[in-house]
Amino acid sequence: MTAFFYRRPKLRLGFLLSAPLLWLGLAYLGALAALFVTAFWHTDAFTGQVVVDWSLGNFETLFTDAVYRTITFRTVGIAALVTVIDAVVAFPMAFAMAKLASPRAQRILVIAVMTPLWASYLVKAYAWRSMLSGNGALSSISPGYGVTATIVTLSYLWLPYMILPIYAGLDRLPDSLVDASGDLGARSLRTFRSVILPLTFPAIVAGSIFTFSLSLGDYIAVKIVGGTSQMLGNVVYDNIGAANNLPFAATVATVPVVIMLGYLAAVRRTGALDNL
Amino acid sequence: MRTSRVLLWTALGLGLAVIYFPLVVVLLDSFNADTTFGWPPSRFTLEWWSRAASNEGALHALRTSVEAGLAATAIALVLGTMAAFALQRYRFFGRNPVSLLIILPIALPGIVTGIALNNAFRTILGIDLGLLTAIIAHATFCIVVVFNNVVARLRRMGGNLEEASMDLGATGLTTFRLVTFPMLRSALLAGGLLAFALSFDEIIVTTFTLGTGMETLPIWIYDNLFRPNQAPIVNVVAAVLIVASTVPVYLAQRLSGDTASGGRL
Repeated sequence: MTAFFYRRPKLRLGFLLSAPLLWLGLAYLGALAALFVTAFWHTDAFTGQVVVDWSLGNFETLFTDAVYRTITFRTVGIAALVTVIDAVVAFPMAFAMAKLASPRAQRILVIAVMTPLWASYLVKAYAWRSMLSGNGALSSISPGYGVTATIVTLSYLWLPYMILPIYAGLDRLPDSLVDASGDLGARSLRTFRSVILPLTFPAIVAGSIFTFSLSLGDYIAVKIVGGTSQMLGNVVYDNIGAANNLPFAATVATVPVVIMLGYLAAVRRTGALDNL
Repeated sequence: MRTSRVLLWTALGLGLAVIYFPLVVVLLDSFNADTTFGWPPSRFTLEWWSRAASNEGALHALRTSVEAGLAATAIALVLGTMAAFALQRYRFFGRNPVSLLIILPIALPGIVTGIALNNAFRTILGIDLGLLTAIIAHATFCIVVVFNNVVARLRRMGGNLEEASMDLGATGLTTFRLVTFPMLRSALLAGGLLAFALSFDEIIVTTFTLGTGMETLPIWIYDNLFRPNQAPIVNVVAAVLIVASTVPVYLAQRLSGDTASGGRL
């Protein structure tokens, strides 16, 4: 039987792909498609049941209501800012790890960066709440709970997601290129701008996919340190829970999906997706 | 050159200090004798640790987390490995969309994955949420972790040894058992460990796909976070999670032998 398979590579490929494709294609893509469809339905005002009745009403509310517009801009703004902060903080750290540390130190440093990555998300957000609180460890410089606290906390949470891809990108960058640039008379800054940055750009973009996407969908950090400000995730969450309006939650959830798909399409050509 | 070196090392040192500072605060707080946040702690105690060890809710949540994690990891191991073989060993039409599809569940925000599956289970399929639905959801985003570890290993080992085995007369199954699998074993273990850790820590997708009345450890923490009299126990559970999280990372690093691993994987 195995010989039969061996002589028919197409059949083998079909076998290997069948289960993963059924799972992801049917269960996951199907669910995403269904979500998109649900966004065009609405709930009955009296019974709270989902009514299959096609309309653009939810999208109209989303685009015309000033509250949702503000929340959308706030969410995208926070996600973009968190991404920039993480890139700026992560790059020098990753550079020191990849280019200055000895091979042994590199291994230790990678573990040092990865360990907090797997420490519970909630624990870390909670730690910031306790540090920023009135009598916490950072009370003297705490901005209190609000948008600033949210940005700080999210930047902290996703920082390792940015360090590791940039480190991997810099690790692949041959030292000889940097040396050559120096030999040709370029100063550090010029080498950075003309050699290092263009070659590690895909890695930075790969990191930004996580920092941006994770911030875009977050609602828990906002609940823990965000004070009264809300993000798109909170609107989705509240519409599923308290308001029991699944169609509108679906409509709001399409916003991050469209933004992320647009982002993924835009960065495809940089080769960032191969860096994930 | 010297100054930039010093600056870069300083940046790394400061960055790591900032990364570890909150974790140390939580660890210390778990021994804090005061029930409210008071910094620095005035007295230390082991009382909360012993109380947490017998906390029914936390222990029950831990059990659910482990069950969901193990089941999701098992599914992810099978599907992730199959996908890795298909994409690494074959060139076919639609290869890029398939690899994008594998990344998608972690590239899209968790809330989208969560609500999409919630909607599919409840409204479309009419299934009640329970442990099984959470396992399905977890497996979906864990596939990519296994996939990445196996792909990296396959890329490095090539196909020569397998061809040699076949030339020497071994059947495909024997080759897999004696050649392919042993070479993959550590990558599978590393991928499995990280998949388990990812499932164990996941809260957003879990919130939307786990049945009512059930709790994983992150959900238990979240539910007790804002209850003042539970704060010391939450601190202990948090501290345990911080310490426990070092194990999969350390083991996965030793097993996979890759110093460079991308982003979430």
